[in-house]
Amino acid sequence: MSEVEAARYSWGGDEFIFVEMAEQMSLQANFRVMAITKALRDKRPDGVLEICPANASYQVRYDPDVIPPGELLDRLRDLEHQVGDAHDLALPTRVVEIPVLYRDPWTTETLMRFRDRHQEPQTTDIEYAARINGYSSVEEFIAAHSGSPWFTSMVGFVAGLPFMFQMVPRERQIIVPKYLRPRTDTPKQTVGYGGCFSCIYSVRGAGGYQLFGITPAPIYDPTQKLPDFADFMVFFRPGDIVRFSPIDRERYDAHLAEAEAGTFRIRTEPVEFSLHEFLDDPDGYNARLLEVLP
Amino acid sequence: MIEVRKPGLSTTVQDGGRTGYYDVGIPPSGALDQYSLRAANLLVGNQAGAAALECVYLGPELAFTVDAVVAVTGATMTPRVNGEERALWESFEVRAGDVLDFGYLTAGARAYLAVAGGIDVPAVLGSRSTYGLGALGGLEGRPLTEGDRLPVGPSADGTAGVRVPEELRPVLAKDVEIRVMMGLYDHRLTDAGRKTFLGTTWTLTPVADRIGFRYAGAKLETVEREPPFGAGQDPSNIVDAPYPIGSIQVPGSVEPIILHRDAVSGGGYMMVATVLSGDLDIVAQSAPNTRTRFVAVDLDEALAVRAAHRERGRRLRAALAG
Repeated sequence: MSEVEAARYSWGGDEFIFVEMAEQMSLQANFRVMAITKALRDKRPDGVLEICPANASYQVRYDPDVIPPGELLDRLRDLEHQVGDAHDLALPTRVVEIPVLYRDPWTTETLMRFRDRHQEPQTTDIEYAARINGYSSVEEFIAAHSGSPWFTSMVGFVAGLPFMFQMVPRERQIIVPKYLRPRTDTPKQTVGYGGCFSCIYSVRGAGGYQLFGITPAPIYDPTQKLPDFADFMVFFRPGDIVRFSPIDRERYDAHLAEAEAGTFRIRTEPVEFSLHEFLDDPDGYNARLLEVLP
Repeated sequence: MIEVRKPGLSTTVQDGGRTGYYDVGIPPSGALDQYSLRAANLLVGNQAGAAALECVYLGPELAFTVDAVVAVTGATMTPRVNGEERALWESFEVRAGDVLDFGYLTAGARAYLAVAGGIDVPAVLGSRSTYGLGALGGLEGRPLTEGDRLPVGPSADGTAGVRVPEELRPVLAKDVEIRVMMGLYDHRLTDAGRKTFLGTTWTLTPVADRIGFRYAGAKLETVEREPPFGAGQDPSNIVDAPYPIGSIQVPGSVEPIILHRDAVSGGGYMMVATVLSGDLDIVAQSAPNTRTRFVAVDLDEALAVRAAHRERGRRLRAALAG
């Protein structure tokens, strides 16, 4: 087992305990979060009310009148040691295809309304992201964004919004700052970017991530009318591996019509993800992952 | 049935809240002032966590098509039946054909109207609470609008004339102290920054809703650093992390925001403290311009405060038990 950073524990008032596995984002930190929260879920102590995994940290909401804080803390520390670096963890998950209309009219209209809150008001968000990440054109940037798989490292902010971490070595990861001041509006199903994370806004609302495009795929359906939501109103789960597929306007409109008719399905395929196989040969492993959904 | 003639500023169906879905971004929701919700329900013979109406700043105008026993608690916003005033913190009868409305708000921010039998909208994920951002629960997942019709559940137990004793009613003040536990990312603040946080009398801004309450007052000094990978450049940025309910984040190191029961479940701003669960009721009754000080307590003190809140709840229940 390799050396891992010791987790940092902090009380969040009388009902929460917050645990930071690492200050920096990495797939390894996220894997440790997933392993610990899964083990806690599998043998959930009485009084544990919510178990919320995040990117490089997690939190537990509990009732201190049922489980004393010190007892829960000991339990979480034990799990931290049991899980170790999670290097050998194999995760049963799925590859998910998200069609994206990059540079669509709706997010473009939105970002133009909020230029005064942006680092570079004279360009669009995707032009800015392409330039600061060293891509010579937006086309090349889109090829990079859609050319590697993404690992869903957290679901939240608002209902069902996935945070996705690019599965490439750190020196090739896209990094884009958030808006200088958050927008008060973002279209539903916008594909955005902030820090090292891609996200899909599940509902319309405020946001600070850069706007790249839009997907016709609903990812949150509180009415549960679409077939993908028959069991639960939220589509994404931590651990989902996402592939963004660029589409044109015609294809976008066709998918949208399917969604309105209630026939649209997000394409998925089950896979088992192995962290150490990925880390040994990221490009080869990714190529195989992307082939899962031809 | 209750017909909504005027919706008020923002009136929503809320109950004790929704547990178990915060991991996918669905927050607990429920009444922001849980004590006042419980009091209103117990007054009309309901379960303490039954669904009631949360009325913010300006109350609704409601026409009843059935006889009912109701009670209003929380903010000082006097209820009226056909224009005639009724007491707060006391159950009273409303007849079919009567119109219930409210006087102006004079203290607090949120009134709770409970009806014997409860507001009988469908439960979603185990709760009738409205979560507006997710368009979930309550009446079609949104605040009430003119013309809505609210079903009322069956009840046998409602009695008019039940009162909450004076000493069990919360004190609604324009100057409040909120007890917090420091922690989470407070190591991002310098000693001076922490002192400023606890030493400043903050003023609640108009940005004060079910998601969060934003305060103005001072800028907090942060520790210099090389940003960790994935966090972002601003000194207040962190790798997006989960947000406890009641956590206080400080975007840009100015204007702390207390996340309340419709919280966003996570994000990339440093949180420096968490409000004790029981004191979230005080936050809920804060109107804009409320002067607020944060008082730090440790875990043992927090648990003692929690025990005191529970004891008060027990006394309330005992006082209202038939």
